[in-house]
Amino acid sequence: MASPPGGSLRTATPSPGGPPAAQSSPGGPSGTGTPAHPRAASGWRSRLHRLDRQASPYAYVAPFFLLFAAFGVFPLIYTAWVSLHDWNLLSSDNPFIGLDNYKALFADGYFWNAAFNTLSIGVLSAVPQLLLALVLAHLLNRPLRAQTLFRITLLLPNVTSVVAVVVIFSQLFGRDFGLINMVLDWLGFGRINWQAGVATSHVAIAVMIMWRWTGYNALIYLAAMQAVPREIYEAATLDGASSLKQLWGITLPMIRPTVIFTVIVTTIGSMQIIAEPLLFGAQVSNGAAATGGTDRQFQTLALYLYEKGFRSFEFGYASAAAWMMFLLVVVVVAFNYLVVRRMRGGLDV
Amino acid sequence: MGTPHAGRRVVRFVAPMLAASLLTLTACGGGGSDATTGGGQSTEKIKLSVGLFGDFGFKPLYEEFKKTHPNVEIEERQAAYADHHTNLAAHLATGAGAADVEAIEVGYISQFTSQPDKFHDLKQYGLDKRQGEYLDWKWQQGVAPDGALIGLGTDVGGLAMCYRTDLFEKAGLPSKRDEVSALWPTWEQYIETGRKFAAKAPKDAKFFDSPGEIFRAIIAQAPVGVYDAQNNIVVATNPDVKKAWDLSVQMIDAGLSAKIGAFTPEWNTGFAKGSFATVICPAWMTAYIQDQAKNAAGKWDIATVPGGAGNSGGSHLTVPKQSKHPKEAAELIEFLTSAQNQAAVFKAIGNFPSIPSLYDQPDIQNFTKDFFNDAPVGKIYSDAAKNLKPQHLGPREGDVRTAVGNGIGRVEQGKQSPDEAWAQVLKDVEGIK
Repeated sequence: MASPPGGSLRTATPSPGGPPAAQSSPGGPSGTGTPAHPRAASGWRSRLHRLDRQASPYAYVAPFFLLFAAFGVFPLIYTAWVSLHDWNLLSSDNPFIGLDNYKALFADGYFWNAAFNTLSIGVLSAVPQLLLALVLAHLLNRPLRAQTLFRITLLLPNVTSVVAVVVIFSQLFGRDFGLINMVLDWLGFGRINWQAGVATSHVAIAVMIMWRWTGYNALIYLAAMQAVPREIYEAATLDGASSLKQLWGITLPMIRPTVIFTVIVTTIGSMQIIAEPLLFGAQVSNGAAATGGTDRQFQTLALYLYEKGFRSFEFGYASAAAWMMFLLVVVVVAFNYLVVRRMRGGLDV
Repeated sequence: MGTPHAGRRVVRFVAPMLAASLLTLTACGGGGSDATTGGGQSTEKIKLSVGLFGDFGFKPLYEEFKKTHPNVEIEERQAAYADHHTNLAAHLATGAGAADVEAIEVGYISQFTSQPDKFHDLKQYGLDKRQGEYLDWKWQQGVAPDGALIGLGTDVGGLAMCYRTDLFEKAGLPSKRDEVSALWPTWEQYIETGRKFAAKAPKDAKFFDSPGEIFRAIIAQAPVGVYDAQNNIVVATNPDVKKAWDLSVQMIDAGLSAKIGAFTPEWNTGFAKGSFATVICPAWMTAYIQDQAKNAAGKWDIATVPGGAGNSGGSHLTVPKQSKHPKEAAELIEFLTSAQNQAAVFKAIGNFPSIPSLYDQPDIQNFTKDFFNDAPVGKIYSDAAKNLKPQHLGPREGDVRTAVGNGIGRVEQGKQSPDEAWAQVLKDVEGIK
């Protein structure tokens, strides 16, 4: 996509001595067809030069915004439009029903159940994940042998396919032959039907998410930590600050923008969890996969949306759910952003 | 950009670029669509795609078809059951992406036939002449409310019960198929047999996999299922549904269930490991078991199902409106569903024909399967199909069954009492329009 605008831009730049190449270029300012007078060449050139300087940045970023408009803004608005209809995927007649979908959604206990599950799984996965990532990065942020090996190891879970991760973990969390239950049994705690309970299934899914994303966040933290000047740590060490205290007192405030970034990205990610619960459900019951368990005990918002849209084909209703989900993400992200921003306290150096 | 003057220039500069980029985008989107047009001249090269869920045993037949249609090339796409139907719905809605021939399972057929404008009426290609050959109820399932012929049937899923002979022997039960059939004319006797089995069977073997499929089977045996003929959901009022529910609960209470959901990975290994001794067995299931339990050959056998005949599953072949070669697609459907080829598919993989004149032919009647201890599958499924009573299936059949299945699951997992679970099922079903 980047090449046509870039190409026409280059032709728009006048070449010394020759006639303005822009004359024949549809992308150039003279593309309207007005012939350029040779007499006016110098004024024309300086104007063109100014235009080039002022406008080309916009032209350069235009492809992104065009794509964003086509694949971001348009679907967003179209979804809002669909959500105002009784829109069945298979039906050719989709009457306008105003806000009825939203009214039904607000009264739908399963929607709020899904919202609760999403938040619960989100908190259970994001908080330990980011704390653990911070500690891991801190441990790696020192001269170590085989540094690259450690870093690659951190990223490895992230490049494994989510399907493989969920299938393997579902077996680990298996009721009858799962390794985790075998260990629990051996320790005398008894077996747990991980999939059946609300809390247990949330923990199981949170573990899958943590497995994939902890290392990724640790690497981002590590990159930020390496930009923190060594001297500060040296001074702190001379003053007798422990490693943990340095992490809390120096590292954390210095990499705060990165922390905010990871919190926001992780929050958005965890609000959209779908593959884990869907595949986790499919491992134990074919019918209960889209409903997130027989009692919807681990149906997330994205999965609820999937059930309504792609199992029942109620696109209008699913679109309304999508917009509610979007607003919920905005609210939760804003809340998290404010909390993290306030966390500076007296930690500033 | 400071001055309004400069601003205007920017517009002049950017506008053509926007136009250029949009042109590129449109070009990307529009490409390819014009590549294959034209009406079916027999000399022109044509590519037909066939969208299926799982193996229909069609592959050898394509080669046959090409002998009479040398210009046709056939490409088969397979997807998982639920994905296949979801994708088909999406492709029909967006008007692009569907195959020329699409299979639809009976659980979904009513949902699709209620949208006849999305499909070619196969009457236009003369396929209504086939009506006399078919089981009447099977034929009707492929007809839209407005009379358009949407799909031609492939197979029917007459019910039987597969069982492990070795586990039955260990539990001190008879293991010959006639004697086993005699154990359970009714579902109550099936539960009774299960109790006897549980008393003496190996500890890690249960009597059946999970009550979900059994519930479906009991519903399938009733004259009216979860929908009445007017497409109203009658879960709350049909005594047969409640009876099926109560029987399922009894089976759970008796501790006969291995609690392994159908079509899950654990279920697949359960066939080979002998985690359960019986499983509901429509004709198409025999191929599935054979595939999953290759090294358990000779250990499985087939008896009659308790509670009488019923149909579970089976499919239709349709031609979506967006197909560019409806004539050839219709010809392919006619070929694939011909009596001769339905018989060939049955012998190859087990899907049972929906053409009753085949049922009494000796090559079907005498057909046995060595994997199932040389069980006379031809005779077993012919008898099952002949006794079938047609049942009307509604548009949201799958959703209703999922709701009830989840209720049984909640009882099985001990999350709810049977009464609580039933109350929630009724509430869930009410929400399905």
